Amino acid sequence: MNGFWDFEFTGRVMPDLLSGLLVTIQATVLGYVIALALGLLIAVVRRAPFLGAIVHFLMEFIRTTPLVIQLVFVFALAPSTVSVFTIGVVVLGVHYAAYTAEVYRSGIEGVAKGQWEASKALSLPVSRTWGAIVLPQAIRKVIPALGNYLIAMFKDTPLLFAIGVVELLAMAQQVGSASFRYVEAFTMVGFLFLLVSIPSAIAIRRLEKRYAAV
Amino acid sequence: MEFLIEQWPRFLEGAWLTIQLTLGGIVLAFVLAMFFGILGTVNHWLPRAAATVYVEVFRGIAALVVMYWLIYALPVATGFQLEDLFAAILALGLNVGAYGAEVVRSSINAVPKAQVEATVSLNMSWPQRMRLVVLPQAWAQMLPTFGNLVVELMKATAVVYLVSLHDLSWVADDLRRLSGETIPVFLVAFALYYLIAQALIFGVRLLERRANHKLGRTPPSGGGLIGLLRPPAVGAKVGVAK
Repeated sequence: MNGFWDFEFTGRVMPDLLSGLLVTIQATVLGYVIALALGLLIAVVRRAPFLGAIVHFLMEFIRTTPLVIQLVFVFALAPSTVSVFTIGVVVLGVHYAAYTAEVYRSGIEGVAKGQWEASKALSLPVSRTWGAIVLPQAIRKVIPALGNYLIAMFKDTPLLFAIGVVELLAMAQQVGSASFRYVEAFTMVGFLFLLVSIPSAIAIRRLEKRYAAV
Repeated sequence: MEFLIEQWPRFLEGAWLTIQLTLGGIVLAFVLAMFFGILGTVNHWLPRAAATVYVEVFRGIAALVVMYWLIYALPVATGFQLEDLFAAILALGLNVGAYGAEVVRSSINAVPKAQVEATVSLNMSWPQRMRLVVLPQAWAQMLPTFGNLVVELMKATAVVYLVSLHDLSWVADDLRRLSGETIPVFLVAFALYYLIAQALIFGVRLLERRANHKLGRTPPSGGGLIGLLRPPAVGAKVGVAK
């Protein structure tokens, strides 16, 4: 009965693990949307003289402190009406916004000076300069780098476990402790992670070729 | 405030464990990164395949998952129980080592081809070529990205509090439960993490400066030690570290 690997058990817990994987993917995607939008906002605001310096310090602070403890911190302060999933997604998104902002910044700084000058010469309004000239060129160049952070975020979602989001790892812990078959549970978690992250890494490499890496 | 001063030694104990985990992880990750990174540049498919498998597997699985596997699954599978601290360092080292191996591999490949051709014409053996020509140049290239990885590793050590190792995060969470003073307790913990990170970044920049100096390249900013605290010139590199 107690073989090294129980296939019947593995098959039985697979639906549970897959539902955990679904939560993991949902958290990743929603968090990524926040990271992309907020990161862009930060990258633009950072160019302002005074506000920029404050935002820069905050970003540096978020980037050099661990995500887990940020999660626990917000979890402890948030009112109990907010779901742990929401907290997890928001903290994950804000944490990674500090990274994507740097990526956007490098893209924005890579836009040739002549482009700025030309928009000025045409007396385009600021919104058109950013929206039609600078950002389309800047973002195109950093798409592969942004993609890398999607994978990085996916691999950080197990940390949501710390505040009680039942994602893949938490699910494995549950089915593992119920039956004491940790080998199958955690090995399958590793396998499922690879199943998602290796194809996405290949996809990013394709993107890199297409958009000629930065 | 009094509470914080009273509990200060506990913060330091936690920070000390975090530092130990970080340094242990750095040593292991560095050895693995160098080994598999160099393996990835060898002109034979077998070592290259081994390096690829290592990199893709451990880059693809979160360090926390590896740590859980080592702590919960390994004893059931093999009957060996690793010490928690050791399992944590192993998981962190394996994970960051995989990222590092890619950095090592690409830095070695980025050394100009003429340098390698010169060593061939000087009849240098492979170890001589690596030690005297290729690695010193690749090293200067690796260091900036290593700096990012070192900070990532330090941050990743916080996951050990989920397996009840008493690191800085665990102490912060414990004191929060004890006192209910979430904000001051966590601000101290965040500040300590921030300081550790800045110290690590400073150390790597020192190494960077030394490596460039040895190659006869002048440091870009000058400005003595204080200059190292400033971030490097913009546009130098894009955040593709992860």
